[in-house]
Amino acid sequence: MGALGFALKALGRDARGGELAVLFWGLAVAVTALTAVGFFTSRVAQAIQQQAGEVLAGDLRLEAGRPVDLDDSYAREAARRGLLVARTLTFPSVVYSGETGNLALIDGVSPQYPLRGRLRIADAPYAPGRATTGIPARGEAWADSRLLARLDVPVGGTLKVGALTVRVAHVLDYRPDQGSAFVAFAPTLLVSYEDIAATQLLQPGSRATWSLLFAGPSAAVEEFEGWLRGRKSAAERLVDVAESSDQLKSAMERSGRFLNLAALATLLLAAVAVAMGARRYATRHLDTIALMKCMGATQRFVLTVTGLELLSVALAGATAGIAGGWVAQAGLAWLTRGLVRGGLPAPAFAAAWLGVGTAVAILIGFASPPLLQLRQVPPARVLRRTLGPPPLRYGFTYVIAAGTLLALLYALVRDAKLVSYVAGGLLATGAALYAAGWLLVRATRSVRGAAGVAWRYGLANVARRGRDSIVQIVAFGLGLTVLLLLAVVRNDLLDEWRHSLPKDAPNHFLINIAPAEADNLKRFLTSNGVVVPELAPWVRARLTAINDQPVGKRMPHSDRGRAFVEREQNLSWSRDLPPDNRLVQGSWWHDPDPHRPLVSVATEYQEELGLKLGDRLTFDVAGETVVAAVANVRKVRWDGFRPNFFLLFAPGVLDTATGTFMTSVHLDAAQRPALAGLVRRFPGVTVIDVETVLGQVREVMDKAALAVQYVFAFTLLAGVIVLLAAVQSTRDERRYESAILRTLGASRRTVLRGVAAEFVALGLLSGVLAASAASIAGWLVATRLLNLGYSFDPGVWLLGLGAGALLVGLAGTLATRSVVNTPPTTTLRQA
Amino acid sequence: MKVLDSRHLTKEVSSPDGTLTIVDDVSLGVEQGESVAIVGASGAGKSTLLAILAGLDTPTRGQVFLNGAELTALDEDGRAAARARHVGFVFQSFHLVPSLTALENVMLPLELAGEPDAARTARRALDQVGLAARTAHYPRQLSGGEQQRVAIARAFVGRPDVLFVDEPTGNLDTATGAHVADLLFDLNRAARTTLLLVTHEHHLARRCDRVIELEAGRLVRRAG
Repeated sequence: MGALGFALKALGRDARGGELAVLFWGLAVAVTALTAVGFFTSRVAQAIQQQAGEVLAGDLRLEAGRPVDLDDSYAREAARRGLLVARTLTFPSVVYSGETGNLALIDGVSPQYPLRGRLRIADAPYAPGRATTGIPARGEAWADSRLLARLDVPVGGTLKVGALTVRVAHVLDYRPDQGSAFVAFAPTLLVSYEDIAATQLLQPGSRATWSLLFAGPSAAVEEFEGWLRGRKSAAERLVDVAESSDQLKSAMERSGRFLNLAALATLLLAAVAVAMGARRYATRHLDTIALMKCMGATQRFVLTVTGLELLSVALAGATAGIAGGWVAQAGLAWLTRGLVRGGLPAPAFAAAWLGVGTAVAILIGFASPPLLQLRQVPPARVLRRTLGPPPLRYGFTYVIAAGTLLALLYALVRDAKLVSYVAGGLLATGAALYAAGWLLVRATRSVRGAAGVAWRYGLANVARRGRDSIVQIVAFGLGLTVLLLLAVVRNDLLDEWRHSLPKDAPNHFLINIAPAEADNLKRFLTSNGVVVPELAPWVRARLTAINDQPVGKRMPHSDRGRAFVEREQNLSWSRDLPPDNRLVQGSWWHDPDPHRPLVSVATEYQEELGLKLGDRLTFDVAGETVVAAVANVRKVRWDGFRPNFFLLFAPGVLDTATGTFMTSVHLDAAQRPALAGLVRRFPGVTVIDVETVLGQVREVMDKAALAVQYVFAFTLLAGVIVLLAAVQSTRDERRYESAILRTLGASRRTVLRGVAAEFVALGLLSGVLAASAASIAGWLVATRLLNLGYSFDPGVWLLGLGAGALLVGLAGTLATRSVVNTPPTTTLRQA
Repeated sequence: MKVLDSRHLTKEVSSPDGTLTIVDDVSLGVEQGESVAIVGASGAGKSTLLAILAGLDTPTRGQVFLNGAELTALDEDGRAAARARHVGFVFQSFHLVPSLTALENVMLPLELAGEPDAARTARRALDQVGLAARTAHYPRQLSGGEQQRVAIARAFVGRPDVLFVDEPTGNLDTATGAHVADLLFDLNRAARTTLLLVTHEHHLARRCDRVIELEAGRLVRRAG
């Protein structure tokens, strides 16, 4: 019989004997959690990609300040590749109603527009909108509520743009590419692309943006993007969906991290369970392997058979896990239904391969060390049972396991920061648990004389089992850490996240507030019952030099970086660090010296331009040159819906510059009609409605919170499996000890109390350690990974002690009860 | 012809009190079909000598030849191959695999040797030891005597050249022990297997062609 056949038979026998249960379930749960998240996120990612396309009104957008694709070559190539194409042309101009004029953004669009997302129209200014297909007919326009309110023109009225007269057919409620950034925020007048020429406004050199939109299957778009990059001129800028709405992206990213975190925690626990299961498997197979060797089995044969058997377990666990993951992702999709408009696409099957790879990798990393050891069992063990394989080199074992785990985690999430935190946390927790376990084991040696017989027996066991006790403490501790993280810290984190966007989060930005109007505007808002926060100063400026080198000489490669250099930027100043900002480098100014101008930059700006602390940035602020040194770098939470800036100056630097103010306010449905009054009374002020984006972000948060709880259920299951594996690891030894003690006259009660004392002691210690680890992990995850605040919860320690003593004590005692209940003769005969 | 030949075997182990000599310069030859008993007090080195002669352990010094080939010159896998071809074992504590039935336990050496019809051969072997009705039983469902009979069936099923037996009746009561011993010697005679028996029971040793005695690792008496 070949090794494979032998391994399959051995698999059947071991499965029948329940030897492989911990390994199988550990792997199955890990793979279920991973593939469920993998399948689900693949679906969401595809949907998000499509949805993010809405922000561009297409999947890809080519922009330029002069006509693009005059010879139609780009459009023809795109059409040849099966892509849809649309054109838009936007420019600012004053729109007249009779003698009254107002600055507007004229947006001419071709009939295919928009390629992604839908236009929404309404029948009266600020009335609820409805989705529509099609664009304004020739001679017609769809106008923004603000424009109609300012010009006091009803639907059906006429407007004049240059030489063109148009009839207002509808109110334009929403266009997909209206964006939420604060550039050129004049109200929009949407007209047909073909009508633009009739305005006679565009001359060579006019300030206008010509855009070409493309959409289609993602692979085709990607290929076309590559083709286009090779041909477009430097003046033509490619915008893809990665540069979509910062707020929504930020919320999506954070929920993705939450989900990955849950899956990683499950994986980690499963790995611990597998390691313990493999240790037990190896211990229980020592005799059989010695016997097989005695009968002529070679080391290689033993290794092959064990390896094949375990590989079969991995494949069985992975298959069960993938099936479980497939079902579980359907549950996730149901929980988050409606999150993505138009439903989720089918999951990518790649996650299944990830599941198989994960199962095999966990097994190799965590089960191979004890199995390699099995190969070295001396055959003479059949004559002397005290003979065992050479002791496992723990350092070697952990290096393999840690290396495998890190590689696996990185392959899974491709997020070096998340992996380094999880790995560092695991290592630190494991080391702390190991050290504390060692101390406890030492301590029990000295106290056991003072305790009663049950405790003496229990504590003696903890001390005598030495390394096994420490391993158990580490396993219990890790299991409890995750359980506590789930029970307490998870809720705190999710609450913290939800609270970061309260019910009254700002849903409207007010920009272009002239300094002279600021007080009047505040009064107007207050009289309408709106709470007005501080106004942030706002100045537009262009970056001209970095460290006295003109920026043209070090143009960034990415389009976003180029935009930072080529476009006017929004600058502001502040004495204090704004609420949604966290310092990541440098220090905040407390008492800035006006003669040494300082500027604070957001991480995005710093990364794109490769800035360092102390770099000197030169700006052209309305013809005046301002030079400031980079004092610090901030990580900004863009989904806080408050005015935030890439560039923030110390007070006193820009005070003389002519700028305006901006703020964000919350308006409920009843307050919204006041907007019409506001735009009439303060025609210079621009109101930007971000309610839609806010709603999207809030929906992402709510649904993601549900999804995270769901995935954490698997982590909980993995935690329970670890506890069981840890209890099981010393079961055989306990069975024998209990038989001896009972033979010597100890009652079942005494033996059971001894076992309970041992597990309660292990549980108490693991509980305290786990509570500390969970609190630190929660704090790190909140502040470093998710960019949220975190407050320590003393309840975790109480819960840790209680849960440790109760869960470990009860689980351990219950699981070993059958050991005590077995008649001693049966046990001794089998020994 | 000598099936088993050992020359100047010595086994030393290190202990907290210094080096301990377990087997001390033992030379021994065993002819084809001969039965040899090794007797001695507990700790005399009987089991260690048996382990070295069977290739389960290696000596510190000296050589062992099995069927003319030097066992002590082989590595662990080489010795395993030699055991698979030439050697069978019966142990004091039976060493049945608890998760295997009686039949599967007997099939084990055949499966390891890659024999095609392991089940039928094993069934016949169990029939020979009177356990045809117990094939589907697990070791825990068998009495001590029955377990040892399964072990004997397992030892003979591969038709070994040499059978190493370590205290075969040590875990059995007198009546069962006598029954098992009868079975062992009957099968041995029928199969003409060379037998090397470690025991401290003189009545068992006397049934062998030759008895040698160990004392503190040294061969002190040969009787035949």
